[in-house]
Amino acid sequence: MPRMDAAQKAVKVDGLQSELTQLIVAVRTEADKKKKRKMLARIGTLNRQIDKIRANRIISRETKRDLIAYSFIAPNFIGFCVFTLIPIVFAFALAFLKWDGSNPIKWAGITNFTRLAGDTFFKAALKNTIIYCLGTVPLTMIASLALAIVLNQKVKGRGIFRTLAFFPYVASLVAITAVWKMLFHPSKGPINSILLNNFGVSQDKLPQWFTGGLVLLSMILFSVWKYMGYYMVIYLAGLQGISAELYEAASLDGAGTWAKFRYVTWPQLSSTTFFVVVMLTINCFKVYDIAVMLAGGGSGELTLSSTVLVYYIYQKAFIDWDLGYSSAIAMVLFIMVLAVTIIQFWGQSKKEKA
Amino acid sequence: MKSAHTKAVVGKVIVYIILILIAVVMVIPFLWMLSASVKSDREVFQMNPFVWIPEVPRWSNYSNIWTKIPFARFVGNTVFLTIVVTFLQLLTSSFAAYSFAKLNFRHKNGLFLAYIATIAMPWQVYMVPQFIMMRKMGLNDKLTAIICLQAFSAFGVFMMKQFYEGIPDDLCEAARIDGMSEYRIYASIMLPLSKPALSTLTIFTFVATWNDYLGPLIYLKSQDKKTIQLGLKMFISQYSSDYGLIMAGSVLSLIPVLIVFLILQKYFVEGVAATGLKG
Repeated sequence: MPRMDAAQKAVKVDGLQSELTQLIVAVRTEADKKKKRKMLARIGTLNRQIDKIRANRIISRETKRDLIAYSFIAPNFIGFCVFTLIPIVFAFALAFLKWDGSNPIKWAGITNFTRLAGDTFFKAALKNTIIYCLGTVPLTMIASLALAIVLNQKVKGRGIFRTLAFFPYVASLVAITAVWKMLFHPSKGPINSILLNNFGVSQDKLPQWFTGGLVLLSMILFSVWKYMGYYMVIYLAGLQGISAELYEAASLDGAGTWAKFRYVTWPQLSSTTFFVVVMLTINCFKVYDIAVMLAGGGSGELTLSSTVLVYYIYQKAFIDWDLGYSSAIAMVLFIMVLAVTIIQFWGQSKKEKA
Repeated sequence: MKSAHTKAVVGKVIVYIILILIAVVMVIPFLWMLSASVKSDREVFQMNPFVWIPEVPRWSNYSNIWTKIPFARFVGNTVFLTIVVTFLQLLTSSFAAYSFAKLNFRHKNGLFLAYIATIAMPWQVYMVPQFIMMRKMGLNDKLTAIICLQAFSAFGVFMMKQFYEGIPDDLCEAARIDGMSEYRIYASIMLPLSKPALSTLTIFTFVATWNDYLGPLIYLKSQDKKTIQLGLKMFISQYSSDYGLIMAGSVLSLIPVLIVFLILQKYFVEGVAATGLKG
C-alpha cells in the first residue's frame, strides 16, 4: 500500500469511520444470526484498517504477528505438506486406479477392492497380521508392566537394569534378528541343542522356529523381547505419576502387595494401559521388518505362513508394479489403524466425561 | 516385627531374582553376539564345551568386514543421513511447536489439525505414492530422499508442543514485555528448558533413522548409496554361513546407537513423562 499524505489519510479514515458507525447501529437491530456474524466480522476488519492507517504502518499488528508465527511453522510444514500430506491424498486416489507407474493411468472403480476378497495371499497376510497382533499386544503389555513395577522399586542398580531393558529397543533389527536366527537355528543353534541334550527332545522333533506353524510364535516372542523395554518406560512414567499417599492409605488399611496392585496401581494406570494397548496394536499392524528378517529366505521372500500386510503392499507395488492394488491393500491397513484410533478417541472422551 | 522384617527380606530377594532373570534374557543375545564375533564359523555353534571367549579370538573378523563389503561406505552414508535427519527434525519441529504452543495466529487450529490427522497414519499406507512422487522429483536413489522422508514428522511437532505447553506462559510474556523478539524467546528461553524433550526426540529420531530398513530399501538402489542396515542384510544374504563376520558387522552397527542412547538416557523417562507420550 502506498504511503498517503495527511489529507488523503483523513478522508480515508472518515470514510471507514462512517461505515463503521452505520454498521454498529445496524448490527444491534439485525435479527438474522448469519448476517449478524458477517457484520461483526466486517466491524473487526474496519477497526484494524483504521488502526493501520492511523499508525501509518504498512502491515497491521495482526498480520505481523501471523507472519512471525508462520515463519516458525513454515520449515516443518512445507516439508510435511510435500512429503506427507500430498502422498496421503494421492494414496486414497490410487486405490481406485489401475496404474503400473509408467503407462497411462486407468480408472478402476472398486475392482481393486473386489479383487482382495478372492486373493488367498492377501487373506493369509491379513490373518497372520491379526494373529501376530493378538499374541504380541497382551504379552508385551504384561511383560512391560511387570518390568516397570519391579524397576520402580528402590533396588540397587536400578538405573543399570533400566538401561539394559532398553537395549533391545534401540538395537537394529538386522543385527539382533541375525543373533536370534543363530540362537534358534533349527539344527545348530544353542536353544535347540539344549532341548536335544538337556530336555531329551528327539532330533526329528526339534522345533523349526522360522518355518511353518511356529514362525508366528517366534515373531511374537521376538517382538515382546524387543519392545517391552520401550513400553516399560511409558509405564514407569505412569507409575511415577501415582501419588505415594494412595499407597500409604492402602497400607494403613492393611492391604498387601497384591491388593495394592489390584486396587491402587492398576486403576491408576488405566489411561497409561489404554495408551500402551493402542500404540502396540497400531505398531503390530505395521509389522514388516521382523517378518522379513526372521522368516524371509535369502532374498527376504515370505510364504503364506509368514506373510504380513505391509510385505504384500511392498511386493505388489515394487515387485509387480500393480500400484492401484497395492494401495487398496494399504487402505485395509489404514482402516484397521483408523478403527483403533477411533476407539482411542472414544475411550478418552468417555474418560474425560467420567 | 520380626516376621515383617523377614517378609521384607524375602520380598527383596524375589525382586532381585526377577531382575537378574530379566537382565539375563535381555543381555544374553548381545553377549552371544559379542562372543560369536571373535569366533571362527565352526566355533560359533560349538556347544560341548561352550566357551564365551575362544582360546584364539579371531579379531580378524573385525578387520575383514571392512574389506568383504564396502562397510566404511555404508557407515558413512548412515552417519550422514542420521545426523542430517536428527538435526532437521529437532530444529524444524521445535520451531513449529513453539509457534503452536505459545503464539496466537490465524488458522492455528486448522494447521494443527493437519498434523493431528496424520499422526496415526502409518507411513506404510502412503509409502508407494510418496515413492512415485519422489521419483518424479528425481530423488530416486538419492540420499536426499531419505532425508525428506524422515525429517518432517508430525510426531516431532506434536511431542515438542506437548512439552512446551507445560512451560508457563508467564515466562514468555515477561520476555515479551522486556522487548525480546519471538525468535530470541525461542532461542534463549525455550530451547534451554527443553532438554528432556529434545533428548527424547533425539533418541527416537536417531534410532529410527539409523535402524530404518524399509525406507532405504525402497529408495537406495545402488551399492554406494546403501545404509548400514541394507549393507548388513545384503552381507547376511550373500555370506549366510560366515557367522563370525556377520556378528562382527552386527556389533559394529550397534555401537553408535548405544552410545547416543547412553549419553541421553538420563533425560529419557522424564522426557517421556513430560511430553505426554504416556497418554
